[in-house]
Amino acid sequence: MFTLVSMVDTIKIPPWLFNVTLDEAVKTELNRRFANKVIYNVGLCICLFDILKFEDSFIFPGDGASHTKVHFRYVVFRPFMDEVLTGKIKGCSSDSVTISLGFFDDIVVPPEGLQQPSKFDDSEQVWVWEYETEEGTHDLFMDINEPVRFRVVDEVFVDTTPASSGTKDANISTSVPYSIKAIISEPGLGLLSWWTNK
Amino acid sequence: MEITKSTSAMLSNYEVLKVLNDYAAEQKENKRNDQNLSTITYETLKYLNETPAGLQNEEIIPEVVKALSSFGLTKAEKLQLINLRPTTAVEISLIVEESEERISENQIEEILRIISQLPALEEEEEEENEEEQQE
Repeated sequence: MFTLVSMVDTIKIPPWLFNVTLDEAVKTELNRRFANKVIYNVGLCICLFDILKFEDSFIFPGDGASHTKVHFRYVVFRPFMDEVLTGKIKGCSSDSVTISLGFFDDIVVPPEGLQQPSKFDDSEQVWVWEYETEEGTHDLFMDINEPVRFRVVDEVFVDTTPASSGTKDANISTSVPYSIKAIISEPGLGLLSWWTNK
Repeated sequence: MEITKSTSAMLSNYEVLKVLNDYAAEQKENKRNDQNLSTITYETLKYLNETPAGLQNEEIIPEVVKALSSFGLTKAEKLQLINLRPTTAVEISLIVEESEERISENQIEEILRIISQLPALEEEEEEENEEEQQE
């Protein structure tokens, strides 16, 4: 679920932070810059893991801040393909089920990814798995906040950097930078309560 | 900003939990914390504490990994076994690809037995007997 990503960046430390050690100032700035942010094609950054190397610090004319190139590793959330994870159902709509992990909400299960056969119950606005046994069909509801196990099948990164042309495009600002497509159509996937023998 | 190594290493949930607990301890002392770091730390800790990682410790994980080495599992599969702590054969078949061809039923039982050494989440309905068995 989590990986370590090695990165290099130049950190600017303003003069009012010169009383703090370089280590501390750089750590604070790196966390301020990347924590809880999605980097395109990398994943959701969680927190700084460690600093590998400091290169020399420079001061440029006209600017009192010091600039330091830092090599560091960051803890990033990026599940690999076919990974099995558990989460909670956040919501159901007629065209998908959304699952949330608390810190990451954009996990979508399309209708084809649900256990077959499933139907959308309009009155309760939830998806229902019509599970068939010899005795008849059981309706297993996928209620909100139920824990589910799912498999990651696809990830979509959208570049949400602002367009430089200056035209206002409402679509770009509302799209999700990192979303995951999941399925629950295999035995063992879906609500945890469907598969425990109690 | 440049990415030098896009996948430097895979981390188990337990390792991330440990790092975040250190951050949480620091944040308790600081009065002014970065909003984003606080949010992500809090939410991720909340999620991880509800998974089996919340109960694991540093000694048991290498033992389990060593015990699992004889089955020919990939690193990703061993990582998932530790993160998810499966208790049924169905879950094992989800985690291990082509499990019918690669491992026999006896081996599945053996894997479940090794995994059960990891501490388990106690559900409210579980009887007290099972808790005692783990100790």
